[in-house]
Amino acid sequence: MGLGGPYGTCLSRLNTTQLMLSNDDRSAVADCKNSQKAAVDSTNIIRRWQNIQKILRRAGPFCHPDFDVGQNTFEFLRKVKVLVIGAGGLGCEILKNLAMMGFGNLHIIDMDTIDLSNLNRQFLFRLKDVGRPKAEVAAEFIRKRVANCNVKPYYMKIQDLDQEFYRSFNLIVCGLDSISARRWVNGMLLSILTCDGMDNEIDVSSVIPMVDGGTEGFKGNLRVILPGLTPCIDCTIDLYPPQTTYPLCTLANTPRLPEHCVEYVKLVLWPKENPWDKNAPLDGDDPMHISWVYEKSMERAYQYGITGLNYRLVQGIVKNIIPAVASTNATIAAACVTEAFKLVTNCCLPLSNQMIFNDVDGIYCYSYTMDMKEDCVSCSNHAKNLEVKSSMTLNDLIKHLCENPSYQFDSPAVMAYVEGRLKTLYMPNIPSIEAATRVNLKKSLAELGLQHKSEIAVADKTSPSTVTFSLLFISAK
Amino acid sequence: MIKLFSLKQQKKDGEAAPRAGNQKKASAAQLRITKDIHELNLPKTCIVDFPDPDDLLNFKLIIYPDEGFYRGGRFTFSFKVGQMYPHEPPKVKCETPVYHPNIDLEGNVCLNILREDWKPVLTINSIIYGLQYLFLEPNPEDPLNKEAAEVLQNNRRLFEQNVQKAMRGGYVGSVYFDRCLK
Ligand SMILES: [Zn+2]
Repeated sequence: MGLGGPYGTCLSRLNTTQLMLSNDDRSAVADCKNSQKAAVDSTNIIRRWQNIQKILRRAGPFCHPDFDVGQNTFEFLRKVKVLVIGAGGLGCEILKNLAMMGFGNLHIIDMDTIDLSNLNRQFLFRLKDVGRPKAEVAAEFIRKRVANCNVKPYYMKIQDLDQEFYRSFNLIVCGLDSISARRWVNGMLLSILTCDGMDNEIDVSSVIPMVDGGTEGFKGNLRVILPGLTPCIDCTIDLYPPQTTYPLCTLANTPRLPEHCVEYVKLVLWPKENPWDKNAPLDGDDPMHISWVYEKSMERAYQYGITGLNYRLVQGIVKNIIPAVASTNATIAAACVTEAFKLVTNCCLPLSNQMIFNDVDGIYCYSYTMDMKEDCVSCSNHAKNLEVKSSMTLNDLIKHLCENPSYQFDSPAVMAYVEGRLKTLYMPNIPSIEAATRVNLKKSLAELGLQHKSEIAVADKTSPSTVTFSLLFISAK
Repeated sequence: MIKLFSLKQQKKDGEAAPRAGNQKKASAAQLRITKDIHELNLPKTCIVDFPDPDDLLNFKLIIYPDEGFYRGGRFTFSFKVGQMYPHEPPKVKCETPVYHPNIDLEGNVCLNILREDWKPVLTINSIIYGLQYLFLEPNPEDPLNKEAAEVLQNNRRLFEQNVQKAMRGGYVGSVYFDRCLK
């Protein structure tokens, strides 16, 4: 239909004359009490999305076969519900880019408050904001700067929100700095997957794509994850560099590096000698803690004739600080949001499925396709449906799993989530646990607290990893 | 090519209010530890104890060496498996005070696979065998308790006597050890 629709005529005029409104817009504006301001606002809005519209109103050879040319796609972009995880160096860039690309329904979560040292690269924050929650300040900034963009902040941990919450999003974009947080989000999105009927194929409507960016100094990477369909974080977890660890005996007896001294103080002296509570965790944000570690490390360095130790190094090691480079964050965030845009609009095929970037020495960029790991504990593990009767006993269920031709377990252990916590229902090989759980064998599934769609995890030596099942209660006949 | 967003179908309205996390599924670490524990193949000198059978991430290992310097002793280790398992090793501490070149008086253990040589393919079973081996072959080359290592290197008789003294309960030098004989 080309340039039809409500904005069509208007857009074509905007190209030649400076700012003219369509007839519809003009009458709407005339009705407005504050007509002058409204006119400016609405023309700005129209002009703002002009270039985005150009992409969404033309088909091309790189489009997804299902690309829907026309106004619908733009309207979808305005309301598609996107969660940004992390409002740090990467998160600020991601949020800004999403808002400027036409995404209109944004949510951002971060548990941190703004520190003075953030201001050089987390550009949504100003000096007056120091001490305030990052998510809130970032959301306010974008709402003020980009008209009609809704941004809702969540000042909390990702773990404070449940499946219901995450399930409500169409897309998740992560700008995180820790592997464990990525794994948590990954696990959450995998847990949201459901299977279609008894053939146990993943129900595509339950897939929430995750675009994950990461940076470290001048290096960055980007992944597009379709949980259950393409490699997940755990499939490729071996790619993350392991944390540097030193042998404990080297730390204790033959330290050679300043790092050895700091690690020794952190690991051995802190739990033994710290002047605060014996069980107090070492807090990298507490200057008193850092000073204590610094002094002890200096003593040790002096004792072993080690030079090169300073306060910043101590702080860096204790807080596990990775130097952040604003331009790397900007590059990776731009790529993340381009992928988010492609996924949502279908205007182009998304990245399959990893990209790495490195500008330590010149600029190097490469994208490639990783494979799913067949025995990945996380994603080979979307729950398979298993039809059972609620009246059957745990013993019957175990027998059923052993006799079922698709599973043929030998002597399985069974765990289950009951009333919000993981319980060991039966584990035959560890005598103390066997004794404690034997009583469960005679109980019915209902008596054990299992419900329709409860999940059980089954470990057995015949299977390379623990298998999960979603129990489907069928009425007893 | 899978189309994830069909414009008609996608409607994720309604505000899901933030609520306290209510996990419904075992984490990757829990799934993996279930497998590890279920498939433990313990040497006859070891037993494991789970104070809470529902919590497989925290448990104790008790080693009763039946040969070597530490024969007749009883040594308890605590295992704390974190949510990063198996990407990161569990935290293992010796809870029994022991006169040993590779275990210090705070219970820190110098075993390569507990730190620098840990790999996700290793299991709880690998660690248990490693710990058991420390009691059969204490290694004076990588000492945590330097004094004990020096004695072992220079005078095996004296080392053996010191181990006995410590296991019966008493002082070795200025350090007091609780009795840990069976
Ligand atoms: Zn996976």
